[in-house]
Amino acid sequence: MAEVLVYVDHVDGAVRKPTLELLTLARRIGEPVAVALGNGAGDTAAALAEHGAVKVLTHEAAEYADYLVVPKVDALQAAVEAVSPAAVLVPSSAEGKEIAARLALRLGSGIITDAVDLEAGDEGPVATQSVFAASFTTKSRVSKGTPVITVKPNSAAVEAAPAAGSVEALDVSFSAQATGTKVTGRTPRESTGRPELTEAAIVVSGGRGVNGAENFAIIEALADSLGAAVGASRAAVDAGWYPHTNQVGQTGKSVSPQLYIANGISGAIQHRAGMQTSKTIVAVNKDAEAPIFDLVDYGVVGDLFDVVPALTEEIKTRKG
Amino acid sequence: MSLRIVVTVKYVPDATGDRHFADDLTVDRDDVDGLLSELDEYAVEQALQISENSGDDVEITVLTVGPEDAKDALRKALSMGADKAIHVEDDDIHGTDAIGTSLVLAKAIEKAGYDLVISGMASTDGTMGVVPALLAERLGVPQVTLLSEVSVEDGTVKGRRDGDAASENLEASLPAVVSVTDQSGEARYPSFKGIMAAKKKPVESWDLSDLDIDAEEVGLEGAWTTVDGAAERPARTAGTIVKDEGEGGKQLAEFLAGQKFI
Repeated sequence: MAEVLVYVDHVDGAVRKPTLELLTLARRIGEPVAVALGNGAGDTAAALAEHGAVKVLTHEAAEYADYLVVPKVDALQAAVEAVSPAAVLVPSSAEGKEIAARLALRLGSGIITDAVDLEAGDEGPVATQSVFAASFTTKSRVSKGTPVITVKPNSAAVEAAPAAGSVEALDVSFSAQATGTKVTGRTPRESTGRPELTEAAIVVSGGRGVNGAENFAIIEALADSLGAAVGASRAAVDAGWYPHTNQVGQTGKSVSPQLYIANGISGAIQHRAGMQTSKTIVAVNKDAEAPIFDLVDYGVVGDLFDVVPALTEEIKTRKG
Repeated sequence: MSLRIVVTVKYVPDATGDRHFADDLTVDRDDVDGLLSELDEYAVEQALQISENSGDDVEITVLTVGPEDAKDALRKALSMGADKAIHVEDDDIHGTDAIGTSLVLAKAIEKAGYDLVISGMASTDGTMGVVPALLAERLGVPQVTLLSEVSVEDGTVKGRRDGDAASENLEASLPAVVSVTDQSGEARYPSFKGIMAAKKKPVESWDLSDLDIDAEEVGLEGAWTTVDGAAERPARTAGTIVKDEGEGGKQLAEFLAGQKFI
């Protein structure tokens, strides 16, 4: 059976959920071989084996943290040359897409980004993408070289599928470009204790109607009652009420949770581009004419300052 | 010292229009108005700010690849304050994918001459966000991408990249490829004077032969990916909408409980 390379997104050995989802998709087209790089790479093996990796190629070097993107491209290229895989799958983060693009160009291969589903096909893997603010669905495939495909978070279920997960050291020699862009400082983001926005099963978002940074507390309280991540519209971010890292939309994150609750968000096309693939959509807005109501499974026309706290209370009561 | 900045921009269909596909599964550009991709305005703005903050002689060239109408995107950038423009236009370019686009851009950037390339973080139509990285790979220069802050001094570009897990400070020697996010600073509106001045600024037109690119390397035929099908997403079935008359929160909780979210 053909091998499929899966690039592992991890933090000091802790594998992030989108990588485990990729292992599920990789099994549809071949045998997953994971590539884990940098500090803690070897520590990823147990989690990867539990989710189907037959082999884990690891390489630890300071270059991965000290320089931007290119060292990881060099390593993936070495892995492709060692394994000759049927495809390379990379999580669709901002960095993941940059790594995948440079790798594809070096391999003389086509690239597909932001796939939301993946199946085996007669002429190689077929990727489903969601385009034009999720108003169209396309089916695409790579027609030249080794398919390099990035996949969005929440595109597949994480499934346990115990496999050998034997660890092998990957032999990497860095290119002249590897040290071109120095990382001269790094400030880790403070953890809020809430799930990662793109990975969360539930996202609770606030927009212009929240009307002030201090009022985001009621959005956070609702999120916490549901174990959800907090999102914000561009209007709320531009007003300085919430950090850009939480922005949902065309120029922020695109999310695809089981449940999306939009509060005080009108639903401009730019916002819809980032949340329209959510499975269930709920909105609370004063304006009955707001376009967000065209998308919802359930909508409440009302003042979010009344509805949201009441909802939070009711959830807490029901959860006991 | 002088600094040559090339800003890559894209002419895109207006996202508020009714975008769809043509028969060959490329984006139908005829039915929707086009404009300068909003995210590229941030790239033009940062080029202008680098120029304004520099003691050196700075020349800003805006570059686009696209059909005749794409000149509108160049005019907008020129009216903001860029010095000159290059338009790569060729019938054989229709249907080119991101890899092919990066080839045309890289050849044009090399022909124009550059110390710094600045791009937006992504186009607002394809939204792949891979072209800046592809340009760095093709040009063999550092990529300093997704910056929310950028500065250039003494042949070095510095910037801040805000990622999911951390904010990183980056540094590279010129020449380099930079991309900027919509957090880098609000783009200026063209002044009347700027709009008038733009009409007199030079716009060069190049085709594939000017760049020594064979038609087979680009276009639908030269694309390394194939779109086999496109389907309009089925309209969502109309949801339940209630008016809050004191019970809206409870009713919503009831719905969420029914869907097993609580």
